[in-house]
Amino acid sequence: MTDRATTFASVEALIEPFNAKGVELGESTTFAGDLEWDSLTVMDFVASIEDEFDIVITMNQQAEIETVGQLVDAVEESKA
Amino acid sequence: MNVTTEQAIVPETEEPQAADLFDKFAPLIQERDNLLATGVRDPFAIVMDEVKSPTEAVIDGKDTILLGTYNYMGMTFDPDVIAAGKEALEKFGAGTTGSRVLNGTYQGHKACEEALKDFYGMDHAMVFSTGYQANLGIVSTLAGKGDYVILDADSHASIYDGCFLGNADIVRFRHNNAENLEKRLAKLPPGAGKLVVLEGVYSMLGDIAPLDVMVPIAKKYGAMILVDEAHSMGFFGEHGRGVAEAQGVLDQVDFIIGTFSKSVGTVGGFCVSNHPKTDFLRLVCRPYTFTASLPPSVVATATTSIRKLMHAGNKRAHLWENSKRLHQGLRDLGFTLATDEPESAILAVLLPDQEKAVRMWQALLELGLYVNMARPPATPAGVYLLRCSLCAEHSAEQVEQILGMFEAAGKATGSIPQ
Ligand SMILES: Cc1ncc(COP(=O)(O)O)c(C=O)c1O
Repeated sequence: MTDRATTFASVEALIEPFNAKGVELGESTTFAGDLEWDSLTVMDFVASIEDEFDIVITMNQQAEIETVGQLVDAVEESKA
Repeated sequence: MNVTTEQAIVPETEEPQAADLFDKFAPLIQERDNLLATGVRDPFAIVMDEVKSPTEAVIDGKDTILLGTYNYMGMTFDPDVIAAGKEALEKFGAGTTGSRVLNGTYQGHKACEEALKDFYGMDHAMVFSTGYQANLGIVSTLAGKGDYVILDADSHASIYDGCFLGNADIVRFRHNNAENLEKRLAKLPPGAGKLVVLEGVYSMLGDIAPLDVMVPIAKKYGAMILVDEAHSMGFFGEHGRGVAEAQGVLDQVDFIIGTFSKSVGTVGGFCVSNHPKTDFLRLVCRPYTFTASLPPSVVATATTSIRKLMHAGNKRAHLWENSKRLHQGLRDLGFTLATDEPESAILAVLLPDQEKAVRMWQALLELGLYVNMARPPATPAGVYLLRCSLCAEHSAEQVEQILGMFEAAGKATGSIPQ
């Protein structure tokens, strides 16, 4: 697996506990629309991403992230 | 067909179809309608018809014990406080009709700032029109573009809104988790300006922050530290200065934010600091500058109350007794509380969902007890609670009465076993 694919898989695994509806995950799955997460769920989830990858995702960055693919890109960028 | 013709054939009477601005609230409106359709009272629409004392009011014609105010030290009806307010009202009028930096600073505002400096033993004090505005102003003004605000995930709305008003990068750490705070700080550019924002008491669960651990961590990374002591002023520490005083780290805190709407018993907000440039903030802090100052009667009541709170050791001791007794009593009845020990004057009774919480809340109200119902997003995700906040003026008998009402309401609604 490429680095990005590995990151994608880890992100997928971290989404699962919050994926109450069992939505199929892809690059373009949206957090607010498809997963129907409210702001508090997003907040908890982002904290688990930050802890897992040992990175910081500012609220300013978070505001720009709408899809799983964009999140994976942001994680890749922060790890670099 | 050119554009002009197409526009021309649209009948003039047809209204343009813009999106309904209320559409975004549709799910919340639905949820609320569903809840009220079950026949419960609206927990966010209570009216106090009469207020008899810091601990008693009349709601819907019924005498009710208040266990959901922020009136921790019971100063709202203090005779000296009321006399000071009346005198200022008559001497200086009903309002200032002006900003603090123009015509809205009277000697009373200065006297109030002097009282705050004496209370905290600090060099500078700025009085705002509310605590909300104090956070909004100080957080947004201190941290600018390229700086970082590092805040607890469970921070009060006014702190979050201060972040949104400013241009800094916002970083959150897990609630009350010192290790997580350090982890985040370690990832930030060492040279960037940093403001770490903490609260003494978190108002939803009534838990206190480990400031004695967190403040030194923030200092290690060169951050400035702001502590919001809204729910701890008057009650914590030898002089009532708050949790930072009680835990021995007040001298390392750069800015204390507080409010007059809780222990002080009126309305208003403030920032105190030893930083030599604090007063300059008056000129650049928009929520300080672009709003009217507090009325003379309000600052006079605040001044008197603050000065009395300096010597309120007995009241503090009684408030602790109340908090301990109620915590133990509720646990003995079988309720689940947010904290294992009573950490502050706020005790949060956890309930499994919104409907159970509202039913219990209503049953208590019908028995003559008012508590706050709280739900997300004010509380963390999935947490529904009844927030009980004690007052130094609750008598020991009232606390027993309160426990009796909890027992009856809990059994009637099935929140505790029969
Ligand atoms: C932690 C905290 N900070 C600030 C405020 C705002 O205080 P005020 O009522 O003076 O606007 C509150 C009150 O709700 C609070 O709980």
